[in-house]
Amino acid sequence: MYTQALNSQDSAAHTAKEDPQAEARFQARIDAEEKIEPNDWMPAAYRRTLTRQIAQHAHSEIVGMLPEGNWITRAPSLKRKAALLAKVQDEGGHGAYLYAAAETLGTSREEMEDQLLSGAAKYSSIFNYPTLSWADIGIIGWLVDGAAIMNQIPLCRCSYGPYARAMVRVCKEESFHQRQGYEIMLALCKGTPAQKAMAQEALDRWWWPVLMMFGPPDKDSQHTESAMRWKIKRFTNDELRQKFIDATIPQGHFLGLTFPDPALKFNDTTGHWDYGDIDWVEFKQVVAGNGPCNRQRMAQRRAAHEAGGWVREAANAYARKRQQRAAMSIAAE
Amino acid sequence: MTDKSWPLWEVFIRTRNGLAHRHVGSVHAVDATMALHAARDTYTRRGEGLSVWVVPSASITASDPADKDMMFEPTATKIYRHPTFYEIPDEVGHM
Amino acid sequence: MTDTPLLHYTLRLADTALILGHRLSEWVGHSPVIEEDLAFGNMGLDLIGQARSLYSYAGEIEGKGRDEDALAYLRDAGDYRNILLVEQPNGDFATTMVRQLLYAAFAHPYFETLTHSSDATLAAVAAKAAKEMAYHLRHSAEWTIRLGDGTDESHARAQAAVDELWPYTGEMFECDEIERALVEAGVAVDPATLRARWDKTISEVLSEATLSRPDNGYMQSGGRVGRHSEHLGHILSELQFLQRAYPGATW
Repeated sequence: MYTQALNSQDSAAHTAKEDPQAEARFQARIDAEEKIEPNDWMPAAYRRTLTRQIAQHAHSEIVGMLPEGNWITRAPSLKRKAALLAKVQDEGGHGAYLYAAAETLGTSREEMEDQLLSGAAKYSSIFNYPTLSWADIGIIGWLVDGAAIMNQIPLCRCSYGPYARAMVRVCKEESFHQRQGYEIMLALCKGTPAQKAMAQEALDRWWWPVLMMFGPPDKDSQHTESAMRWKIKRFTNDELRQKFIDATIPQGHFLGLTFPDPALKFNDTTGHWDYGDIDWVEFKQVVAGNGPCNRQRMAQRRAAHEAGGWVREAANAYARKRQQRAAMSIAAE
Repeated sequence: MTDKSWPLWEVFIRTRNGLAHRHVGSVHAVDATMALHAARDTYTRRGEGLSVWVVPSASITASDPADKDMMFEPTATKIYRHPTFYEIPDEVGHM
Repeated sequence: MTDTPLLHYTLRLADTALILGHRLSEWVGHSPVIEEDLAFGNMGLDLIGQARSLYSYAGEIEGKGRDEDALAYLRDAGDYRNILLVEQPNGDFATTMVRQLLYAAFAHPYFETLTHSSDATLAAVAAKAAKEMAYHLRHSAEWTIRLGDGTDESHARAQAAVDELWPYTGEMFECDEIERALVEAGVAVDPATLRARWDKTISEVLSEATLSRPDNGYMQSGGRVGRHSEHLGHILSELQFLQRAYPGATW
């Protein structure tokens, strides 16, 4: 977006030896809540961190289309089918907005896609879990999108302009996602005993993986300090996780569901819900590629990318031919 | 750009008649026609648009932020361009 | 009032829209580029929307309390009345785009004409659908041109798609006695009147795409009276799975 050539010149010129004065000026702008725009000077580490984070965010949207897409053809009513299709389509749109925001930092969408397909880039751990029943679609909307919104609302104020603007758009569109998910859960919980059981079983499977979405506990998180200083991030992983739990527990109780955590208890002193230990071994394994669906998701993305190769090539060939024809007709005049 | 990637286009949308087209983001598309389709499908899914412009990103020339002082500072002191610079007695009424 | 010509006719339109919408929805998340995921999503949603309005109307005509879901989810393949073209598998990107072109080049003028129907509900559905199908036609035509006149591989794939799907195009123009009566009453459109326009659109697109137009040989037919290809049963086994596995549940 805008002038990418200028971006890469910037990084070549300035990042070899980071200028302490420029860095101080940069930090002063951030502290004054000024937005940083694509061609502004920025420390190489800021550019790297942001590119990684936005690309990861975009990859998550794109891979996230798969588990939900798994149920589009099996949605149980036409209303649900239309809503789910619109929602999965939105995820694709969000991926597109975010790739565009990351491109303003000088990395092309193609490079980012290659990083995803080669396994070099990560995406949210949650999408490596399978969607086994229709209730999983409700859970993803209610909890996964709920967790994502917790994370994304502060990002609308992120110091990097294009990312913040993309997030404003994403958050505006996301608001229907969580509500449609909760409505699916409501219908199941008010339904037959089999439907209620389906809802409970889904919550049991997803609850812990959803809590892991916020990332490792603050004491083990590597990126938090600089990301907070640069206002890429405004709350820590644990803060957001707690906020999410506090908001979600009453919603679950309203549905008449039980959370699969015997340690879950409202703490009158802190005013927050206390919760049990998260299995960080499982989290690390899923991030390392050993979740139940990592290989399947990547295989699906690669298959789509490879199957589309001839289409992208054909369109380019046609565009070239048309340019040549236009040039020839001008020359002939 | 390899043979399988498509160029980038900036998308501008007029949301209502009477408003200017506003930059909303970008799309990848092989040519101008398909860029318009992509812009429509990506950025007007909720009735946001009445008119769409697409412009090849490579065609945009942007000012260099390093030139900010030279480009934009000199106007800051020319306060006589603003109506509040001039004092008109209240009795004269709105002007 | 059961199984009247009007009910039969409305279900034909509804089933065709639903099955094609279902097919397009299968692409979302698997397209050659994200921009096309979004395009397939939009086109699929247009068609599912058309189907919903038409099913609701069919339920009213029938007057037995069946709603859109009862009609979509609880009828077996033999009761589905969509044309065979739309149940054909997606195949590759060229097959899907050519199928969309062949249908939209028909559906766009069809719904335009149906806006003059003496049936106010059908006319209103048609007014919305005509605009939607205009975009489907534009998008699929642009793609067919790019694939046909792209690389050797894309040309071969696009030509194969045209050849493969051509025998399913004749059914669009059929008019049986069920529809004949409605045409005469000013309710339905006589598809034969759209033939010349469809021929012209398709010939222009194929010619710009450097694709050859097959001869009108033997045409496949039967979808509109419930005789389908093997594919429809598989579509319905997915589409109807939850309604069948949990009878009577509300979702």
